[in-house]
Amino acid sequence: MSNDTKTTPNTMPGPAVDPRLLQRESGLSGYLTEFVRKVRGGDLGSLPVIIGLIVIWLVFSLNDDKYFAASTAEFIAYYMVGIGLLAVGLVFVLLLGEIDLSVGAVSGLAAAVYAVLSVNDHVDPWLAVLLTLLTGTAIGALHGFVFAKIGVPAFIVTLAGFLAWQGVMLWLLGNSGTINLDDKGLNHFLSGNSYFLGGDISGAYILAVLAVASLLFGGFSEQRRRRSAGVPFKPTSELVLRAALLAIGAFGAAYVLNQASGVPNALVLFLALLIICDFVLRRTSYGRKIFAVGGNIEASRRAGISVPAIRISVYAISGTFAALGGLAIAATTNAAGQAGGDPNNLMMAIAAAVIGGTSLFGGRGRVWSALLGMLVIESINAGLYMLGLTLDIQYMITGGVLLAAVVVDSLSRRTQKSSGRA
Amino acid sequence: MTSAPVLALRGVSKRFGAVQALTDVELEVHAGEVVALVGDNGAGKSTLVKTIAGVHPIDDGQIEWEGRPVHINRPQDAQHLGVATVYQDLALCDNLDVVNNLFLGRELKRRGTLDEVAMEQKARELLDTLSIRIPSVRIPIASLSGGQRQVVAIARSLIGEPKIVILDEPTAALGVEQTAQVLDLVERLRERGLGVILISHNMADVRAVADTVAVLRLGKNNGTFPVQQTTQETIIAAITGATENAVTRRAARTAEAAK
Ligand SMILES: Nc1ncnc2c1ncn2[C@@H]1O[C@H](COP(=O)(O)OP(=O)(O)O)[C@@H](O)[C@H]1O
Ligand SMILES: [Mg+2]
Repeated sequence: MSNDTKTTPNTMPGPAVDPRLLQRESGLSGYLTEFVRKVRGGDLGSLPVIIGLIVIWLVFSLNDDKYFAASTAEFIAYYMVGIGLLAVGLVFVLLLGEIDLSVGAVSGLAAAVYAVLSVNDHVDPWLAVLLTLLTGTAIGALHGFVFAKIGVPAFIVTLAGFLAWQGVMLWLLGNSGTINLDDKGLNHFLSGNSYFLGGDISGAYILAVLAVASLLFGGFSEQRRRRSAGVPFKPTSELVLRAALLAIGAFGAAYVLNQASGVPNALVLFLALLIICDFVLRRTSYGRKIFAVGGNIEASRRAGISVPAIRISVYAISGTFAALGGLAIAATTNAAGQAGGDPNNLMMAIAAAVIGGTSLFGGRGRVWSALLGMLVIESINAGLYMLGLTLDIQYMITGGVLLAAVVVDSLSRRTQKSSGRA
Repeated sequence: MTSAPVLALRGVSKRFGAVQALTDVELEVHAGEVVALVGDNGAGKSTLVKTIAGVHPIDDGQIEWEGRPVHINRPQDAQHLGVATVYQDLALCDNLDVVNNLFLGRELKRRGTLDEVAMEQKARELLDTLSIRIPSVRIPIASLSGGQRQVVAIARSLIGEPKIVILDEPTAALGVEQTAQVLDLVERLRERGLGVILISHNMADVRAVADTVAVLRLGKNNGTFPVQQTTQETIIAAITGATENAVTRRAARTAEAAK
């Protein structure tokens, strides 16, 4: 292969040249060779999780022909949002190479806070949402402060939070143990019968068109800028391929969801937040600082980054997403109850982030792993539910999947080390 | 050199508790000059460099910048003057690519968001002018060799357009080929008119690139020599503090044995 000789650093004549330029001139096939090389080097990306998803879908469809149905898709699309939101916050924390064990408890507490404010105290529902989210932010910032400024390991701080906030939640809910919510405000928006554009068929397709169009627009405007600046750019074939893959996914999902009731508004909110977070992490200097701190704390400090400020703010983000996730989980049952702080939610959220491809070792990952990981987990849950398998089996299987994801993460880190990439 | 030095230390002293780490140290660095700072372990080289970099403020004496007295109390003060320091532990982020490491902490922005295109363009220009060879500016630092990381770290120090670059043992962990790359780069810094302070234990490196050797011994100046006109023995004598020392004794012994 003539490309290979060109990309070997030792044989490279002259100054810094980007081998991707050389490689991708050969178009799609060059793209594929690079993809194979990346996977061999331990840079697996989303590959394992996508293969995993397909396997899961196949296995369950073979076991139960009702599995491959619009109603299953609707179920997955709706129920993944609550824990998915917890997972988004966790991705930020994992990028720092830390962990937040309190997100489950904080989500339960947030639901209780919202219930007490909006139902017992008759606070305006949107104001109650705002106060609830701020409660989450403050709790996260407190964890971050104790970790970053006092130096208590994050694991312990958030473990303490896990217990303490669970206690506060139980205290708030009082004797009844459950407070039913009013069907208004955000609680209505996140409930199971609120759909984008009222469930109109055009709604799902509008979203799909928007997604594909913005990917194409973003890709081509970046290509144009890079070309005029004289730096390597992605060839048109690759941009079109990416857009085509997204289009298959987006229009496929739109079609299936339209067979049921449309796109749940909860899912629309989840996707919008994913896009915003992805933008923050990849396109702003704040996001760059998070990756830097996750990669090398000393280097970040010397580069003038305030490591404590980044840590505190990331835990505040995690707390906020935990609170929002708590509201979404409460909306599925329209009540805030003692089950809100279910530690299983915490495990699922961590599992989702890691299964989706965010590394436990810090500095590597994307918020989209929250979506991919939740798809895997909810696909399994939906399948097991249909097969009539009980909670014990569900836990065992989800635990096994989490272990598999962590093993893949650790192994790919090892391959990266041996091929000099970590 | 006839022009005023860019950086001059006049009678600088630094004390840590009971340890008098630096006593009345003098040092001058001119534009386009490579000054090697040598001395035994504990001689005070790192301490001297840290006073210039603003890590440890000086207790006594004066630092002059382009002829004016200045105060360097914090690392930012040194950076604003135009002092860039490459510490021995390189402090690069393994997970970020070369461009992102070069611009870490001073990213270029466009409408409030990161301007990756401009950063990549500038990074390529910078690496080109320094003739730094790396396979791609978009691969993670983790996949570079030790020498490549060292040159990236040095290139990173140039992003702020400094006038003085301090290199603390840049070749200590490197092989022959990689050491040569770094020394080439030091020469290119000199060609660009930068003043370089190079800490090194390796006499061969010092003789290869330095214009001037400043010797520290027990926290005091022990001679400043033009490299061209000075023998290695003279420098070693200044480092060890005697014409009679382990190195000369060994030389004498081997001479004796040869007879
Ligand atoms: N932060 C510090 N606190 C106390 N003593 C120090 C500190 N830094 C250096 N010293 C002392 O100053 C002296 C010079 O050290 P150093 O500058 O590291 O020497 P070199 O780099 O030449 O090997 C040593 O005796 C060392 O113990
Ligand atoms: Mg030292």
